[in-house]
Amino acid sequence: MKAFAQLFTALDETNKTNEKVKALKDYFACAPDTDKMHMLALFTGRNPKRQINATQFRLWAIEASNIPAWLFEESYHVVGDLAETVALLLPDHTNSSNKTLTEWIAEINALDKQPDVEKQHWLTQAWATLNAQERFVFNKILTGSFRVGVSQNLVIKALADVSDLDAATLTHRLMGNWMPNTYQFEELVHTDTALEDVSRPYPFFLAYPVQETSTVQKSPEALQALLGDAQEWQAEWKWDGIRAQLIKRNGEIFIWSRGEDLATDKFPELHSFLHDLPDGTVLDGEILSFRDGLPLPFANLQTRIGRKTLSKKILEESPVALIAYDCLEYAGEDIRYKTQIERRAVLESLQSLTQYPEVFRISEVINFDSWEALTTIREKSREMIAEGIMLKRKDAHYQVGRRRGDWWKWKIDPLSVDAVMVYAQKGHGRRADLYTDYTFAVWDGDKLVPFAKAYSGLTDTEINKVDAFVKRNTLEKFGPVRTVKPQLVFEIGFEGINKSNRHKSGVALRFPRILRWRHDKPKEEADTLETLKTLLGE
Amino acid sequence: MSQKPLLEFTDKGIYCAKGKFYIDPWRPVDDAVITHAHADHAYAGHKRYLAHHLSREVMLYRLGEIQLQTVEYGETVIKNGVSITLYPAGHVIGSAQIRVESQGQVWVVSGDYKVEDDGVCAPFEPVSCHHFISECTFGMPVYKWKPQAQLFTEVNKWWQQNRDNNLATVIVGYSLGKAQRILQNLDLSIGKVYTHGVIENTNEALRRNGIILQPTERITTDSVKEDVRKGIIIAPPSAVGTPWMRKFQPYSFGYCSGWMALRGAKRRRAADRGFVMSDHADWDGLVSAIDATGCEKVYLTHGYTASFSRYLAEIGFDASEVHTLYGGEEEGAPPQPTEGGKQDATAEDKLDNEVTLSAEEELLNELPADEKQGGVL
Repeated sequence: MKAFAQLFTALDETNKTNEKVKALKDYFACAPDTDKMHMLALFTGRNPKRQINATQFRLWAIEASNIPAWLFEESYHVVGDLAETVALLLPDHTNSSNKTLTEWIAEINALDKQPDVEKQHWLTQAWATLNAQERFVFNKILTGSFRVGVSQNLVIKALADVSDLDAATLTHRLMGNWMPNTYQFEELVHTDTALEDVSRPYPFFLAYPVQETSTVQKSPEALQALLGDAQEWQAEWKWDGIRAQLIKRNGEIFIWSRGEDLATDKFPELHSFLHDLPDGTVLDGEILSFRDGLPLPFANLQTRIGRKTLSKKILEESPVALIAYDCLEYAGEDIRYKTQIERRAVLESLQSLTQYPEVFRISEVINFDSWEALTTIREKSREMIAEGIMLKRKDAHYQVGRRRGDWWKWKIDPLSVDAVMVYAQKGHGRRADLYTDYTFAVWDGDKLVPFAKAYSGLTDTEINKVDAFVKRNTLEKFGPVRTVKPQLVFEIGFEGINKSNRHKSGVALRFPRILRWRHDKPKEEADTLETLKTLLGE
Repeated sequence: MSQKPLLEFTDKGIYCAKGKFYIDPWRPVDDAVITHAHADHAYAGHKRYLAHHLSREVMLYRLGEIQLQTVEYGETVIKNGVSITLYPAGHVIGSAQIRVESQGQVWVVSGDYKVEDDGVCAPFEPVSCHHFISECTFGMPVYKWKPQAQLFTEVNKWWQQNRDNNLATVIVGYSLGKAQRILQNLDLSIGKVYTHGVIENTNEALRRNGIILQPTERITTDSVKEDVRKGIIIAPPSAVGTPWMRKFQPYSFGYCSGWMALRGAKRRRAADRGFVMSDHADWDGLVSAIDATGCEKVYLTHGYTASFSRYLAEIGFDASEVHTLYGGEEEGAPPQPTEGGKQDATAEDKLDNEVTLSAEEELLNELPADEKQGGVL
């Protein structure tokens, strides 16, 4: 655990890529193999199952740190991170422990079904043997909130440097639902390719945005300069659904979401067509809600995400289909090395044979002969229930991760309104102890109606200024939330808007964020609820 | 028996009506008693100043030609029948708690203080009183400082590592207090100490005042980059991200502040190393210092005043928050929450400045242009 905590601190302390890679390599060089697998699991978002819930964790931490509960809560609001708050508040450790990361995680897993009193005893003992740095990392693992400021790419780069494998192979082998208890380090770095897991997805190829910022428009000339001739590109609509990889191997089917969650059970409508595919097929595409052959807005799909059981009603109200746009494996062969055009041909032939064309759809290729023409077509995105246009270079192979060059997304401009900040709350992590989470309102007659929360879009300097404003202009405090004197006006951008019964304003926004601070506008000139409702398009 | 309070809180500062003087006033007054020379406590524009003898040169350097009377710790001055005595506050060189007494009523104004002896300034002395006016910059239990010796072992080790890796070492702390505390604890067997102009000016003022500091060299246009790389550079917060600092690349830059205790604050600062080092008392320090005064009533001037006064009330103190304009020399400090407090234009402007400027940086802006850069490499 000491080595792991030191790795975490080393990574946390530097912004320099070289130093991060060095720290990772040092760790791989000295840690036992089982620790390496646990480290990789944690660094790729595979946390052990949570055995102690947040309420118990808080309660037992308050007891162990011997302070009043309210002061614990106030401390939490200052620190902005529960694991860190607890690490700071506990008294100094009395013993030390040389348990490895593997041993600690085994102890955590062994808590399953233990009575609460046993859990509390174990936790209090554990805290007493860890120093503040170890305690923080330990708390993070225990509460299932372990995250680290290092991209998976960087971890893989370091791993590639210490093993004989390239980064793409390692990325692939770290996908899917492996468990650090059963996946051996030798298996990960072996050089024999025959032993692959049938469920394992390929790393997704992600597009780069054409628009660097949402305020500057790309002209046809700029596209020409950035991308070259229009003939070299294939264009499709950019669908707003759930990116997924669908696998049929050895008679089994798997549906993976982009977040590497196995989501096979969430989409029963897709099972028949998948079972019907030849073995050794992997498709890439977007899962959307469809009705009468038309895609429905994302909000509709959202109602069924996260549900444990899919009721008949849900399945009727938001049936899904796949819009496939790529084929990564065919007849058991990894065909990612083939060109876009070649893979597209394979996909089209597979789709033409399906018995289920209603659910196994294909992303239509947009015909266009010039960047001017495509610019005009892009204007129709909203009608198509699309987020914009995808551009794929015709001779590109399917790559790993977000790469600049061959896949681009050209999103439509967000919708926007000018709104007044009315509530503020302190942020977390890097923004701890600063007011960074705001609620915005628009006018309804002479009243301000809150309609959206947004966290991002301001620079650090602007955040500091807003923070100082909030501290000096608080009208009321409700727990961590402050009601702020309505004065500051911001332009709020969002991808979509839908009716909602759950919100006072009657609308719900998709991806709201701050586009800019309207210093030039007094609050009286902010937009109205009427304006928002016209955007509903009713 | 109800007595009229000896000190009161006004929109100009802490006022003693009977003695006709203010303590750390932020608007011009006739008589000002100053706890220490930081910009948020020692403002310009007063007619007469009273401060500790070791604040003399720094105050003259920062405030120009002022009418200044200085005293030793423990020496009493009588003003209109009110006795004023200074006691060490342990915050920075020359910092004092002000004890005010009249007709058996005793008040102590802490100014800023820390309880750990830093070996550089006179260590904090608890003073018994009836009324204690305290800061609580770090008045949350998440703030607990490590012993200084441990801290400087880490600093010196980091410097040595940088030297081994051929990186320059830049350590950042404000110019009065932290800079000297860092300087006095550096291991000069590793290398030489270089200073930014603003820091060297303060060092010179302190040396004129008879303080013996380890040797330093001011960075100027003549400084040789290769030599500087082997040494350690002490710079003020305002130097971070400036062309002056970029000249030392490649370097590792360490930030010394109590706020470094929190990971969020450390990440915002984007320093290579965050050293948790403060000249203010931590949670345990505040609680023990207040307890040691044996006071009947505590007034909290700046910091986490709301939570800390509630906590003190729960453990049996009569504690309340008061509105002042202190706080801010600890770079990156959250600006004072002043809800409910009256704001005038000056205070407003000052708070605006604090959003982006520390008191240190404000001071820097007032200096002549040639001093701002501290010399160019």
